Amino acid sequence: MDAILSVMGQNLLSPIILSFALGLAAALARSSLSVPEAAAKALSIYLLFAIGFKGGASVAAHGLDARLALALVAGIGLSFAIPIVAFTLLRSLTRMSRVDAAAVAGHYGSISIVTFVSATAILTSRAIDYEGYMVAVAAAMEAPAIVAALWLAARGGSGVKMDAELWREVMLNGSIVLLIGAFLIGAVTGERGLAEIESFIVSPFKGVLCLFLLDMGLVAGRGLKQSRGLLSAGAVVFAGLMPMIGAAMALPVALMLGFSAGGTALMMTLAASASYIAVPAAMRVALPEANPSIYLTLSLGVTFPFNLSLGIPLYVAVAGLFAGG
Amino acid sequence: MQTHQAKRVEIIIEAPLEHRLTDAIVAAGVTGFTILPVLGGSGRSGQWSRDGQVSLAGGMVAVVCIVRPERVDTLLDAAFKVVERHIGVVSVSDCEVLRAERF
Repeated sequence: MDAILSVMGQNLLSPIILSFALGLAAALARSSLSVPEAAAKALSIYLLFAIGFKGGASVAAHGLDARLALALVAGIGLSFAIPIVAFTLLRSLTRMSRVDAAAVAGHYGSISIVTFVSATAILTSRAIDYEGYMVAVAAAMEAPAIVAALWLAARGGSGVKMDAELWREVMLNGSIVLLIGAFLIGAVTGERGLAEIESFIVSPFKGVLCLFLLDMGLVAGRGLKQSRGLLSAGAVVFAGLMPMIGAAMALPVALMLGFSAGGTALMMTLAASASYIAVPAAMRVALPEANPSIYLTLSLGVTFPFNLSLGIPLYVAVAGLFAGG
Repeated sequence: MQTHQAKRVEIIIEAPLEHRLTDAIVAAGVTGFTILPVLGGSGRSGQWSRDGQVSLAGGMVAVVCIVRPERVDTLLDAAFKVVERHIGVVSVSDCEVLRAERF
C-alpha cells in the first residue's frame, strides 16, 4: 500500500500532471488561455511519431519474440470484451439509452494514446523497462471496440452497419498510420536511427507532452463546463470505476503472457484508458443518434484525468507487485 | 455589370462526414464547392469549439455550393441523404453571380 501511495504522490507533483491541472483549472475559470487546433495537432503528431519510433527502435535492439503476436491477439480480445462489460455496467448504473451506452462502451474498449504515452513517461522516469512492441498493441486495440459498440447498438434494432468506407477510415486513421509507420521506421533503422534523431524525439519529449496535456486539460475543462447537468451520478461513477475494471481484466492477460512489470503496467493502462480520437469520429459517422457530449465528457473529462492522476500510478504499482521480478 | 440569379447552398456538417458529403455532391453533378473551417458554435447538442481539438469528431465544417436555380433540388436531395441523421444546418439563399457559365 505504501508503494502505491508513494508512486501516486510523486506522480501528482510531476510537471505532466500539473500541466494538465493548469489547463483544467484555466478552462473551468474561463481563462482566455487556448491552444490553437493546428498547434494541438502538431504536438500530437510529434508525440505519436516519437513514441512509435522509440518502440520500433527498442524492438530492433531487443529482437522480436513470439509474445508480440500473442500480445496483439490479447489486445484485440480485450478491446472486444471490455465494451461488453462496460455496456452491462452502464445499463445497470444509469438510464442511458442503448445507443448512448453502446457508444460510451466503445470508447472504453478502445485506447487513449496520450494516456499510454503518459504511462511510458512515468515508467521511464522510474527507470522501469517495458516491451517496445506495446506500441503495436496500442494500435491494434484502437478499432475492435468500435465493432463491438456497433454490434451492441445493432442488437437493439438500431440498424447500424459498418460500411467499407468506415472500415477504411477506422483502420487508416491518422494516429494509427503515424504510430505504426513510426514504429516500422524505428524497427528498420534501430539504434543507429534513434541516435540520429535522439535530440529531437527523446530530450524534448516530456516538455512537448506537458504542452499537449495543458491542451488536454483545457479541452477536458471546457467539456466538463459545457456538459454540466448532462451526466448522471451513475455515469460519473462508471467513468471512475470502468478504468479499474479494464485494468483488472488486463492484469491476468499480461501475467499469462509473461510481460515485464513495465509491459504489464502498459497493458493495464491501455485497457483502462478510453478513446477520444478514433472512436468519437467513428461514432459520429456510424451512430449519429448517440450524444457526443456524453461520451466525450466521460472519456476526456472524467476517465482521462482519473487515469493520469491516480490510475497510472496505481497500475504501475500493482504491476510491480505482481510482475516485478 | 450584368449579374445572374443563382442559389447558394450552405451545409454545416460534422467534420467526419466531410468527404461523404462532398462525394455525394460530386456524384450529383455539382463539382464546384468550397469547404470552410468552422471555429465553434452552439446548438441542440450543446456548445463546441475547435480550439485544441485533435479529433475530427469535435469539429464542424461548412460546405458552400453556388448552383443554378434549376439544379438546387438535385443538390439538396444528394446532400440530404448524407446529413439526414446528423448534427448540422442546411440553408439555401438567393445570390447573384457574374459568370453564369461557371455554375
